[in-house]
Amino acid sequence: MPIIKVQRLVKKFANITAVNDVSFEVEEGSIFGFLGPNGAGKTTTINILCTLLSPTSGSASIAGHDCMNEPSEVRKAIGIVFQDTTLDKDLTAQENLMFHAYLYNVGKDIRKKRVEEVLRFIDLYERKDDLVKKFSGGMKRRLEVARGLIHRPKILFLDEPTLGLDPQSRANLWEFISELPRKHNVTIFMTTHYMEEAEVCSRIAIIDNGKIIALDTPSELKKAIGGDVVYIKTTDNLSTKQELERLFKLGVTEKEGELSMTCPMGDTCIPEMIRTIGDKVLSIRIQRPTLNDVFLNLTGKAIRDEEATGGDNVKESVRAYRRRH
Amino acid sequence: MEFNAIYVIVARELKKFVREKSRLFSAIARPLLWLFIVGAGISRLVPREAGVPYTQFIFPGILGMTILFSSIFSSISIIWDKEFGFMKEILVAPVSRFSIVIGKALSGTIVSLIQSVIILAFFPVVGFSLDGMQVLSVIFICACLSFCISAFGIVLATFYESYESFSVIMNFIIMPMFFLSGAMYPIRLLPDILRIAAHLNPLTYGIDAMKHVLFPDAQGNMAPDFSLATSALVILFSSLFFVVLAGKSFERKK
Ligand SMILES: Nc1ncnc2c1ncn2[C@@H]1O[C@H](COP(=O)(O)OP(=O)(O)OP(=O)(O)O)[C@@H](O)[C@H]1O
Ligand SMILES: [Mg+2]
Repeated sequence: MPIIKVQRLVKKFANITAVNDVSFEVEEGSIFGFLGPNGAGKTTTINILCTLLSPTSGSASIAGHDCMNEPSEVRKAIGIVFQDTTLDKDLTAQENLMFHAYLYNVGKDIRKKRVEEVLRFIDLYERKDDLVKKFSGGMKRRLEVARGLIHRPKILFLDEPTLGLDPQSRANLWEFISELPRKHNVTIFMTTHYMEEAEVCSRIAIIDNGKIIALDTPSELKKAIGGDVVYIKTTDNLSTKQELERLFKLGVTEKEGELSMTCPMGDTCIPEMIRTIGDKVLSIRIQRPTLNDVFLNLTGKAIRDEEATGGDNVKESVRAYRRRH
Repeated sequence: MEFNAIYVIVARELKKFVREKSRLFSAIARPLLWLFIVGAGISRLVPREAGVPYTQFIFPGILGMTILFSSIFSSISIIWDKEFGFMKEILVAPVSRFSIVIGKALSGTIVSLIQSVIILAFFPVVGFSLDGMQVLSVIFICACLSFCISAFGIVLATFYESYESFSVIMNFIIMPMFFLSGAMYPIRLLPDILRIAAHLNPLTYGIDAMKHVLFPDAQGNMAPDFSLATSALVILFSSLFFVVLAGKSFERKK
């Protein structure tokens, strides 16, 4: 049973079509990724699903409830981490979480326990009484994810959860997120520009200019572009090249003293190579196609990996300035 | 209605109010400056009219001013919440828009009631001798008026997306509302157009109701303009109107 069903969704703003006839389904307990460049329509889709925006046409349902006609049932079923932080920076971590617990009518007897539990889960229990404005970007992001879990949603939406984090915090947060379906029994719908992150998804929709241009598992998507590239260094490149070409019936190219060939399944191909040319091999490495290659292949352009941090900081300080005056 | 949600929206506002002591300070300072500086100045021109000294005459107006500023400031903090994203956290929660509006309006009510009670405590300084019933009645009127103006402030906040609009609100809404409320001069002396505008201003009715309580025997120019019942009905219905309007404008964006 799919827990999210979207059919022919269209959203037009004045003169742009942000979401253009999008349909997909998300299975319960899976991680579903929306991958696309800036302005692809990811956030707009999320806003429609989480009942903040009405679509121009099409339908969407979450956990069996229609997003347009039963907003309050849908809201109960979901938790969200928006692209821009939505924490109250003038409240403490614990107060932000408590606010959420009350807002979602979490029972009186379990409120405190849940808040404490998630604070420990994200390793911020010691900082619970600090104002959120004193937190680092990574801490805020973790806090937001934790907040989204307090009311035990069936689905957690994550709109670019690792935006503006350094690689280390990104990896940490990502590890934390990928454990959620198992630990909290939640389905995850996430968006990202980062290829590496999307690889952890059960299924990925690649979206560009408001349209889904591919939708499959990461491995299938990669397979579609022709498999892995195996690089081999040998003691005798010339004879090995001929031998490999005879064996696999694939083209082998030589470049800078290294042989390379593209084979559909690198991992099964390597053992076979070793068996035939084993005594000549000096080194073997395998390069799997990344989703970046997939994207490049589908759209003819590399996904833009703009870090929004620079611009955001300017915006933040302008706001802070205004707030003080 | 979701009582937990209403409670926590109010609790958040009060927590922030208590933390920002400077906000309370300037909120109290403004009406006191008007009362003791502007009031004292003008009372040299109009020392006493129909048995009411000028500094006493403006006292209900100063209470109204306290309420006007603090209620609207409290409500348009919604614009901040929108700009900093916190509003989204509230809007995606399974809470009716109506409860959100009530929560916000009650926050404004409590904050401005606290401030107006502090100002009210200055009544002996301007020479009033009020009995307990009068004090309680004024506090009650302040509470109703605060709710009404807070609800109005929420309606305002729903029209604006960013804080740039703040000076527009200040100059074209708050100040005219104050000047056309009978706070500083009786509205019956105003030219027709301004008088009609004053009649459309909910603040006028709140201040007028307080005049009933504070100068029960005043005659002529200093007397209230409306009956207490009229003022009560206007405050009641405009509160309802603003709450419904605000709730509607929080609905999903098209
Ligand atoms: N409220 C709005 N009014 C007008 N246009 C909008 C609005 N919101 C989004 N858009 C437009 O819709 C398109 C899709 O925007 P959206 O925010 O969904 O992109 P996104 O995929 O989330 O991009 P990013 O990766 O930068 O967050 C963009 O062209 C954007 O300018
Ligand atoms: Mg986005």
